[in-house]
Amino acid sequence: MDFKFAPAPESADIADIKATYGLFIDGKFVKATGGKTFTTYNPANSKHLAKIADASAADTVKALKAAQSAGQGVWKKMSGAERGKYLFRIARMIQERARELAVAESLDGGKPIRESRDFDVPMAAAHFFYYAGWADKLEYAFPGANPAPLGVVAQIVPWNFPLLMAAWKIAPALACGNTVVLKPAEQTSLTALKLAEIIQDCDLPPGVVNVVTGGPEVGKSLVNSDIPAKIAFTGSTEVGKYIQKQVAGTDKHLTLELGGKAAHIVLEDAALNQAVEGVVNGIFFNQGHVCCAGSRLLLQESIADGFIEKLKKRMRTLVVGDPLDKNTDIGAINNKEQFKRIQHFINSGKEEGLTVFQCPTKLPDNGYFIAPTLLLNAAQSSRVVQEEIFGPVLSIQTFRTVDEAIEKANNVSYGLSAGVWSEKGSRIFNITRQLNAGVVWANTYNKFDPASPFGGYKESGFGREGGVHGLHAYLKINI
Amino acid sequence: MTAARIEVLKTYKLFINGQFPRAESGRVMSVRDSKGKLIANAGKASRKDLREAVSAARTAFSGWMNKSGYNRGQILYRLAEMIATKKLQLAEELISQGFQRTKALQNIEAAIDVLVYYSGWCDKYNQVVSTINPVAGVHNFSSAEPQGVVGIVAPKEGLLGMVAVLAPVIAGGNTAVLVCEYFPLTAITFAECIATSDMSAGVVNILTGELKELHPHIASHQEIQAVLFTGGDAATKKSMMSAASANVKRFNDWSRVRYLSPKLYHLTAFQEIKTTWHSVESGITSGQKY
Repeated sequence: MDFKFAPAPESADIADIKATYGLFIDGKFVKATGGKTFTTYNPANSKHLAKIADASAADTVKALKAAQSAGQGVWKKMSGAERGKYLFRIARMIQERARELAVAESLDGGKPIRESRDFDVPMAAAHFFYYAGWADKLEYAFPGANPAPLGVVAQIVPWNFPLLMAAWKIAPALACGNTVVLKPAEQTSLTALKLAEIIQDCDLPPGVVNVVTGGPEVGKSLVNSDIPAKIAFTGSTEVGKYIQKQVAGTDKHLTLELGGKAAHIVLEDAALNQAVEGVVNGIFFNQGHVCCAGSRLLLQESIADGFIEKLKKRMRTLVVGDPLDKNTDIGAINNKEQFKRIQHFINSGKEEGLTVFQCPTKLPDNGYFIAPTLLLNAAQSSRVVQEEIFGPVLSIQTFRTVDEAIEKANNVSYGLSAGVWSEKGSRIFNITRQLNAGVVWANTYNKFDPASPFGGYKESGFGREGGVHGLHAYLKINI
Repeated sequence: MTAARIEVLKTYKLFINGQFPRAESGRVMSVRDSKGKLIANAGKASRKDLREAVSAARTAFSGWMNKSGYNRGQILYRLAEMIATKKLQLAEELISQGFQRTKALQNIEAAIDVLVYYSGWCDKYNQVVSTINPVAGVHNFSSAEPQGVVGIVAPKEGLLGMVAVLAPVIAGGNTAVLVCEYFPLTAITFAECIATSDMSAGVVNILTGELKELHPHIASHQEIQAVLFTGGDAATKKSMMSAASANVKRFNDWSRVRYLSPKLYHLTAFQEIKTTWHSVESGITSGQKY
């Protein structure tokens, strides 16, 4: 059967993108000192979207000082209950501007509107709503430890879930009484700046949240400043290690949410059709730009061939194209550098002699698109099995016994997430217990919730975001 | 008339994988009393000894973490008993290494009490830090798991210091390499207590030696998941933290933590939180709605 969908595009105008954006410092939008700007593009068609202020070292200092004085002044004195009410307000206003935020997110980052509309934006609001309620209840989270705010926290977030990552960072930090300087990724600053507008509209006291935009230099000056008591970073393991090195010898608190290379294990007793859906969602969600993506499929030998056929059949129905089209399953690769990196890994697989399957999909002529890809018969030592690709590319290995599956799953330097499919309860519990990963999905994948802690083992970083455990990252507890 | 009896002196070696080997190439460091008289030649561990210790700790990890909390608790309690039986010997050794007589006994007794405290946590901490997370449509829970091999720089407070940093690490199912620059004789007599306490070989390994020689290797070892640093100069701390980034080690600087007063949070500092999502069969997939 050949289903054809008529295009159902969302209107780009809804995003209401301004020509230029300033830095958000001390409650006001300001130009960068020296007036430098950079351009943000739509990765689906390479069109210019807006000019954004490129913060100088002096601007990051200003932002940090604004956060410092807001923390020592108004924010520290405010009761938890009142702080919480601000967070509830922000959650509500995100919901009110949800459509605009979703379209802007898809335009700037290339992700399908279906995902930004149904996942990124509602989940961002949910995080504010969840942590709002904690603001006046912190002593219940850490009994006998006298929890207190850390002070100024510098937060650096990546381009794969721009608004959602900002919410994951800002909401618990504020609930715990800290003040914030947030640096979005330079590829995707728009929704963080829209969140700054919301924060301004909510009358959050000036300086409590500041947003500085720009490239890696902005991040470096935040990390190396003496002002922040804490650095929270989500991004690559390479940069995470660099930051850990930079803060060596200081008393700065640090949490790192880094890369992953999750094993997705399908056993012969799994509900195979459901597992196919889970595997597709696990690797092709958000073009595979997901740190917890199920990027290594481990199939039990007895079902491997049949499963791969089912998977290919399902992959042929995936719609790759215009992120703003409501039918689109897989949008644009976020940026040119990443596009090249993914192609490099696919070629590396070819050079190693792996069989490559790519959906025979017609890709748009402009912009960065990559068809969903399988790399078959991969060896454990293969680069595409050991290294994070961060794209719609799934390596496939087989195993015979449960022990072999567990060993292969754990035999990488990462430990962020894992998935397992089996209809046998005791087997599921055996495997989930033995997987070295901070998040394990059993008979489901890529599910998230503000109440559910997220974060890695090993080189996937340390610290948790979400849930009661996520509060720990933003509190001084008396030990 | 009989000649005065010649005392039999003890040779202090290292403690690796449940055994007491000499340090590589027989290296020693002399331990002297306050008058400068030689009391013993303690082992001086090398980088190779550290590797052996880490390897033993790595091998022992899965067995130790998978023991029931109740079982681990009993073993820690047994260790407290073993220390109690050697109380006077341990006190004498502290005195020979510079402790005042009254303080020495208090130190040993406090160490016993700290062990008993953590023994009691072994089958309880997960009930305090685990959560069932309210997420719709799935069974979602978070619980604590040990991090792996922990490299510990022992502090200067005699046996109490060693126990207060080691016990919270192993109570939670981690295995350890304890590096003791201070009180090497106490460290090895403590190792003898461990060796007779029902604790499996390799769970705790004790190296006496110089921190300035060993610290870069502790910090950079790929099989060590976490470091517990209890003091030392700023340059050592910075260098260790920097090298720890190579495999994203968890670095715990306890130089300002009151670790001699035991606490749950000292134990949970060496735990990872694992969150598991179990999908729950819905009415539709189970056919009830048809």
